[in-house]
Amino acid sequence: MKQTAKQVYDWFERRLQVEGPIKDAVLHKVPRNTASWWYVFGSAAFTLLMLQIVTGILLALVYVPSAAEAWNSLNVLNHQVPLGWFLRAVHGWGSNFMVAVVFIHMAQVFLFGAYKFPRELTWTVGVFLLLMTLGMAFTGQVLRFDQDAYWGLGIGVFILSRVPWMGGGLVHLLLGGPTIAGATLSRFFALHVFVIPGTLLVLVAMHVWMVLKLGINEWPMPGRLVRKSTYTAEYNKLAHEDGIPFVPGAFWKDLIFSGAVLAAVAVCAAVFGPSGPGGQPDPSITQTVPKPDFPFLWIYAVLSYLPPSMETPFILIAPILMIAGLLAVPFVAGEGEKSWHRRPVAVLALTSVAVAWAVFTHLATYTPWSPHMSAWSGDPLPVQYLRDATPLVRQGAVIFQAKQCRNCHSIGGLGGERGPALDAVATRMTLDQIRYKVVTGGGNMPAYGKNLSPPEIEALVSFLETLHPANEQPAIDAAQQATQSNAAPAPASGAGGP
Amino acid sequence: MSDQSDNPHKQSTGPDIETASRLASDREGPAIVSRRWLLLKAGIALNGLVGLALAVPIVRYLLAPVRKDDSYKSWISLGAADSFPVGETRLVSFKNPWTQPWDGETDNVAAYVRKEGASQFTVFAINCAHLGCPVRWFPQSQLFMCPCHGGVYYADGSRASGPPERGLFTYDYKIAGGQLQIDAGQMPSLSNTAKLVNIPTPGQNGSAKDGDCPCRG
Repeated sequence: MKQTAKQVYDWFERRLQVEGPIKDAVLHKVPRNTASWWYVFGSAAFTLLMLQIVTGILLALVYVPSAAEAWNSLNVLNHQVPLGWFLRAVHGWGSNFMVAVVFIHMAQVFLFGAYKFPRELTWTVGVFLLLMTLGMAFTGQVLRFDQDAYWGLGIGVFILSRVPWMGGGLVHLLLGGPTIAGATLSRFFALHVFVIPGTLLVLVAMHVWMVLKLGINEWPMPGRLVRKSTYTAEYNKLAHEDGIPFVPGAFWKDLIFSGAVLAAVAVCAAVFGPSGPGGQPDPSITQTVPKPDFPFLWIYAVLSYLPPSMETPFILIAPILMIAGLLAVPFVAGEGEKSWHRRPVAVLALTSVAVAWAVFTHLATYTPWSPHMSAWSGDPLPVQYLRDATPLVRQGAVIFQAKQCRNCHSIGGLGGERGPALDAVATRMTLDQIRYKVVTGGGNMPAYGKNLSPPEIEALVSFLETLHPANEQPAIDAAQQATQSNAAPAPASGAGGP
Repeated sequence: MSDQSDNPHKQSTGPDIETASRLASDREGPAIVSRRWLLLKAGIALNGLVGLALAVPIVRYLLAPVRKDDSYKSWISLGAADSFPVGETRLVSFKNPWTQPWDGETDNVAAYVRKEGASQFTVFAINCAHLGCPVRWFPQSQLFMCPCHGGVYYADGSRASGPPERGLFTYDYKIAGGQLQIDAGQMPSLSNTAKLVNIPTPGQNGSAKDGDCPCRG
């Protein structure tokens, strides 16, 4: 039996001749200290890519890449195909994990100086792998073809349309026509299933090939500088004198981490389930609040904080600068220190980017810049604000709700966050200031002067004037203060102005 | 690498072929114009030529969707002009004129029709001028609000607040046979409409400044 197996093996090996190269790759020596838990993210990203390919093919067995049927076929997957929901969830969570692991991998490589000579091209290819991964995430979101996908594409259209001269042509190319329609989904299917994965696999092959040829980056030691003239000899010495074979020395950690990541994807998929599809992609349904998927939330936040004059320059220039900056890293700092102990600027830059990303992503989870579209009809006014209120004040409260003020201003913790909370507005602004603001708007507030009648404004302002804590008087201006102190000099003197 | 000699199979076939080809290339390097090098170059040239000839139709095919805006648009009826009440803004939907059977629900397009006089209309695209999200009309406060990034517009479409640089896009309209018709068929965006002009805002102290050319969807 054993003899037969050996014969079969030899028959294949005689023809394939892969034993040698595989042995070379598996047994090549790596510096002992690279067998670290910090060096497991690249292989985990590769494992997740394989998972995405397998689950993607399985989903393609049912998914219909047609604008008319895609949404229905996803619902069939969710509700009719046994465990279709789980496959969708694994693919969706696999995508989230892959984006996260790729970013962590990049941060680790940056922090460990692994992009320095001779691994500049490995980093460059890695930057494109990151872009491809994000491209997969975006096109995948489009294939979900629900309202978020539709309006997410709309945002893509509006970004591309800002390109000078070619904007219109680029929009037509992106959509495959004048609007988001059948042709759009077909071409995003081609991108998601053929073009980007094909490119991704070629780039991954290059990336891994270079890791094998150039060796795994040695653990950075403060004071051990990278010099182009001496690095290769130093690395080879390190790998051979204090090295261990890649398998099993370093590989067992990769295997265990990849297994753990796969398990985490499966658990998330089973517990949280698939994402969407949301509402059907009918653009005449305006009752929708579109939101991008997790990897793009930070962009969503940044775009809402830009001042109008900055929109087009920022949208067109910032992505180019970001990508160029990433690509330039190994060419600007291709030699020198690798250790983070001696690279304060690198550590600071990475920390700043990470904090900014986290803040923007967190903000985008509750979108304080967006009006709460149903706050005016859904969020009740706290009863205590209307106790002992005069009819005029009550009328003002009705106007406050009915005119959608609540969509941007919260009271009692409920309502929009676009404008300031109004629970104590009367302590910050005098009656005249409130009236002026309501009529003329300003900043981020529309002018209500044309949309409210004078009696309505009067009622509304009277209501707002009552919004102050019981122990704090409403703000008054100097004239009011003078009038008050003339009328009742003794008690008013201590009350103070605004 | 180093363990070539450990591999019996490699020894038996590999080196013979390698040595033979090395000898051949030593005798006839690329510098010497021989028949086979000339034929190789001819082969490359032939493939280059055919590649180029194939590239032309391929590029034309890829660029097929890129057309002039007007070629995508046509006049679409939104219903009888009389059916819209004066002074009000109504949400209407229509079928995209440029459509395929497999477009599904995406061929529905919505617009807001504001009737200002007996035959005076403004027809707004529902797409926010910032990044295209669908704005919602609130008749109580006479405002359009965008759910994405908080753009707000007045009833006449001019920008009230938020990130948009301009007012809402409008469609060209005409009244033919008592029907309100708009010139539509293309997703309105900053590239295919009147760029950064503002909607004419008579009597509005808003941000009208760049002329009053109508923006076409």
